Amino acid sequence: MTVVAESFVLPERRGTAGRLSDFFWRHPHVLLTVLLGPPLLWLGIVYLGSLFALLLQSFFSIDEFSGLINYEFTLATYRQLFSEANLDIILRTVSMAALVTLVSALVAFPIAYYAARYARGKWKALFYLAVMLPLWSSYLVKVYAWKLILAKEGILTWFFEKLNVLWLLDAWLALPVVGGNSLSVSYTGTFIVFVYVWMPFMILPIQAALERVPANLVEASSDLGGTPAQTFRHVLFPLALPGIVAGSIFTFSLTLGDYIIPQIVGSSRLFIGQAVYAQQGTAGNIPLAAAFTVVPIVIMGAYLWMAKRMGAFDAL
Amino acid sequence: MTTAVLFDNVSRHFGAVRAVDRVNLSIAEGEFFAMLGPSGSGKTTCLRLMAGFEQPTAGHIEIFGETAEGVPPYRRSVNTVFQDYALFPHLSILDNVAYGLMVKGIGREERRKAAEDALAMVKLPSYGARRPGQLSGGQRQRVALARALVNKPKVLLLDEPLGALDLKLREQMQEELKSLQKSLGITFVFVTHDQGEALSMADRIAVFNEGRIQQLGRPEDVYNRPTTRFVADFVGSSNVLSAKLCQRLGLKTASASLRPESVAIAPAADGALSLSGVVAGRSFLGATNRIVVDVDGNRIAVASPAAQSVPAMGTPVTISFAARDLHPMEDA
Amino acid sequence: MRSEKINRVPLGLKIAAAAGLAFMHLPILLIFLYAFTTEEKTYQFPPPGLTTQWFAVAWNRPDVWAALTLSVKVAAIATAAALVLGTLCAAAVSQTRFFGRETVSLLIILPIALPGIITGIALRSAFSIADIPFSFWTIVLGHATFCIVVVYNNAVARFRRISGSLVEASMDLGADGFQTFRYVILPNIGTALLAGGMLAFALSFDEVIVTTFTAGQQSTLPIWMLEELIRPRQRPVTNVVAMIVVIVTFLPILGAYYLTRDGDQIAGAGK
Repeated sequence: MTVVAESFVLPERRGTAGRLSDFFWRHPHVLLTVLLGPPLLWLGIVYLGSLFALLLQSFFSIDEFSGLINYEFTLATYRQLFSEANLDIILRTVSMAALVTLVSALVAFPIAYYAARYARGKWKALFYLAVMLPLWSSYLVKVYAWKLILAKEGILTWFFEKLNVLWLLDAWLALPVVGGNSLSVSYTGTFIVFVYVWMPFMILPIQAALERVPANLVEASSDLGGTPAQTFRHVLFPLALPGIVAGSIFTFSLTLGDYIIPQIVGSSRLFIGQAVYAQQGTAGNIPLAAAFTVVPIVIMGAYLWMAKRMGAFDAL
Repeated sequence: MTTAVLFDNVSRHFGAVRAVDRVNLSIAEGEFFAMLGPSGSGKTTCLRLMAGFEQPTAGHIEIFGETAEGVPPYRRSVNTVFQDYALFPHLSILDNVAYGLMVKGIGREERRKAAEDALAMVKLPSYGARRPGQLSGGQRQRVALARALVNKPKVLLLDEPLGALDLKLREQMQEELKSLQKSLGITFVFVTHDQGEALSMADRIAVFNEGRIQQLGRPEDVYNRPTTRFVADFVGSSNVLSAKLCQRLGLKTASASLRPESVAIAPAADGALSLSGVVAGRSFLGATNRIVVDVDGNRIAVASPAAQSVPAMGTPVTISFAARDLHPMEDA
Repeated sequence: MRSEKINRVPLGLKIAAAAGLAFMHLPILLIFLYAFTTEEKTYQFPPPGLTTQWFAVAWNRPDVWAALTLSVKVAAIATAAALVLGTLCAAAVSQTRFFGRETVSLLIILPIALPGIITGIALRSAFSIADIPFSFWTIVLGHATFCIVVVYNNAVARFRRISGSLVEASMDLGADGFQTFRYVILPNIGTALLAGGMLAFALSFDEVIVTTFTAGQQSTLPIWMLEELIRPRQRPVTNVVAMIVVIVTFLPILGAYYLTRDGDQIAGAGK
């Protein structure tokens, strides 16, 4: 009937597969190399190689007359980077990223908290999808939607008109810095779109962090006489913080490098992403573009290091 | 008698950790062999060495006279019942049991028949169409057993097979495993941290601690005559008498073991040994009372029948025991 | 009593959460409305009238079709490459122990942890240094690079759920490495790979930031849309395309959700 093993060692499976299998079993390092080789070669050569080549170029400079790259090591490009106009761009981008992150956290927290603490069963799944769908839907379509909304003849103006508070909008637009001709060419518009597009990335990490807080901790706090505000400040917020930091990695990094949103909805003043785009494109100054990209890399490096120390990666 | 498994000075080190340290053992064909010890004692690593999931750092392993080193697990006629059963969640029970035959290229009809027979053997004849998730813990355990036995292994390895079951089921499965092993005549090697399980099922027991075998012998010997302090303590909590007490009793060993049930609270009869002390603790265990008597700082436990009256705390008492119940041990 | 406590939601929280969700969804719904507007020149709200004629117009636009075809082709090939590379990496990281595992995880996540513009410009300058002309394949190369992480995240999450003893059990029962992969590993990670592939497809289909740097003269659908956004030529067609893009990206997301819902979540934060 069945094969009764005559001896302890069973016969080898015939064919190449059997032999190769035995070979891999005897040499697990070869197997590991076969598994890791292709992805590491791809990422190592295609990605890291490109990145390294780019960073290298930031130490070259551009010849002002010929417009050609001068392949000699110099820090001139970095001196150029820290010129007043460019510092202005960097400062503007970083403050925008910080503000977007802060407001995203404020908007995301109630949604994440509700989903983590109160949504159950079918509702929980629905909540999850309600976060995932906007998160994953097309970036350009989302930006486009806001172009429709913020346009002078668009829904927002119409809405303010209907409520008879159009003067409020006009007053806001008359303000310096945040105002402008219409919302779609103001910092306010840029800011709203940034928050809209990147805020969903904040929800899931916060939700994950909150879900790890046992419900009875909150009950224990109120049992010990804590008001809801105290419970939030001393129990929930500290425990949700790693999630907020994890989410902020995305909102911050994505805002820092974006060049499309400020181009479509915003004033003519540049953000880092636009500067990089302009320097490598029309200006043809690859070294300066490369130096510009170093800024988000350094900022994100510091940010990630800090986040890691706070244990935010466990919430990812 | 053929030797099923032979360990010759086998060591398995993980970096600086000596999981298994110079172990020698020989398991006879058809034997029900237990490896007993606390977690981290090396018993599971020994099992994995037999299955082929680990390779020895040093030493030599033979299974049925053939060298085991370098033979992959899938080419060993050795099968394992895993602690968490490791049933394939995506396959039906029948396909789970037939898996070993399937990968060996046995025809569909033949392996279905064999798998059904195996399921009948573990008393789950009509469960073939179900999925592992639909079975209780005890049923999964039986499926895991059938899945291993259908391959007719020369050695069956069981890793804490009953650990996840409740007490009642565990006792029932102990009986069944024992009778299954007797009827099939296959060598069983099982790993457990439960001394009761090892004592009741095994033909022989190897007690492990810190990667080494402390004692290897029949259950009665390991229980009654522990040779080291560790075994005395781990297997049924024997009393360990210090060198000083041994000396007082006329023994010339570093220490000796004495089972609580061999001690009585009574003056010595003819030929018996006795010690005096005071009652330092009492607890009711059901069938017996456990009375701890302090003899000059040595605490000696006495298992006294529940029917007997229990002396009050601090009462001076005399304890007595037969000289043959006192077993000299190797270490202090 | 305890459940009563849980179910009593503070009103403020309810409003804040509902407002947040509305903020996320209403703009997308607006896209659907605009696809039917009769207004051609402006973004006027409310629409003066509703029509379905723009669907026919969009249907007959060869440039839309060309962009759509290119996007689908790029996404398909980038997804295939990401599936192979991401699965290999996930298998290595979760099934074996080796020195430098953390570094490998970091390397895989880097292309999405750094802003897309950096990946884009790095690839572009590398292409120019290596004298590689822009083509279909340069787009695919860029897309596959950041799609790997999506597949990897899904596969690693599933690998973690397969208990290590399943693989050992298979080997113990006589299956060699290839048989174990085919009969145990693949059936158990299959849906996770499918989900990862769908997400990778959605990601690639939608990508614009890296693509602008690696595309040269060709237009993927997002590039086409971007051009329309910067220099609007025919707004109604853009409206229709935007709606179609929303629907096309929703399908793989829903699919991925249903494939992975019991247990691991889609590694959504890994977009």
